[in-house]
Amino acid sequence: MSLLFEHYNYWVAIFLMMTGFYTVISRGNLVKQVVGLNIFQASVFIFYISLAYVDGGATPIVKEGVEVYANPLPHVLILTAIVVGIATTALGLALIVRIKEAYGTIEEDEIREADQRDGKDSDA
Amino acid sequence: MATAPRKTVSTGGAVVEHLIVVVLLALLASTAVAVIRLTNLFAVVMLFGIYSLLSASVFLVMNAGDVAFTEAAVGAGIATVLMLSTMALCAPREMPSRRNKPLRLLLVALTGAVLVWGTMDLPGFGDPSAPANQHVAPRYIQESPREIGIPNMVSSILASYRGFDTFGEVTVIFTAGLGVLMLLAGRRRKKGGEES
Repeated sequence: MSLLFEHYNYWVAIFLMMTGFYTVISRGNLVKQVVGLNIFQASVFIFYISLAYVDGGATPIVKEGVEVYANPLPHVLILTAIVVGIATTALGLALIVRIKEAYGTIEEDEIREADQRDGKDSDA
Repeated sequence: MATAPRKTVSTGGAVVEHLIVVVLLALLASTAVAVIRLTNLFAVVMLFGIYSLLSASVFLVMNAGDVAFTEAAVGAGIATVLMLSTMALCAPREMPSRRNKPLRLLLVALTGAVLVWGTMDLPGFGDPSAPANQHVAPRYIQESPREIGIPNMVSSILASYRGFDTFGEVTVIFTAGLGVLMLLAGRRRKKGGEES
């Protein structure tokens, strides 16, 4: 039982990560896959920030009379990761816009079919 | 004398914090499940905005203020706007996929089970003696206000102790920005060529 109280944050992070993972591998729509990747990513952020949490601690900004602070190092890593994440998301979304122009669809199944058709045409 | 009452207040506060975290995490989990089930992409993107805002609230409760406002601005703000504009340019709905779903669900469940098994040895949530809170973190907390001279420890580490990490981050953003510009600028030129 104490395991539940001490580890629920990790398990919810894993659950969120797996929902993101499932969205990426089971859905063919590219926008939805990007949303799934972002859910996956945010779950890692929650995992890191919950590692940094200290019971009874304060936000790591110096204040009179406060002795215990949360661990600032994971906060820094996740700040960097959030900004890098938005950069890669923007690049992925730009690629989706170009794929829509080239193929007329953003469904992976249809893109694959179009590729196979083109392959046959060039063979013939 | 002054420390005793503060200690009881902080343990009471910790229980309340845990409760808020549980509620927020439950909301996050249900939002994520709704994202999988919905096929209307507008609703999916909006739910993703809610998901980001909820995770920002979780960060705030877990005493990560800097991370919380970055996530609220970048995750709930910019990412949602970018996804909405992509959706508007592409397709409003998702087509049903012909993939083998039970197999993928099994793969996901197995991966999750292995990861949960991996958490068994992790220190408890909020444990001050966890190894992650031991190594360099106490030094940053105690020395950075004196060595760097600003009260916000996250800023001290970001800009000073780990300045090279931040430099790498800026390089990544610059590269991604260049990539987006090249991808979308080619698009505009092609359109103009078709018109003329």
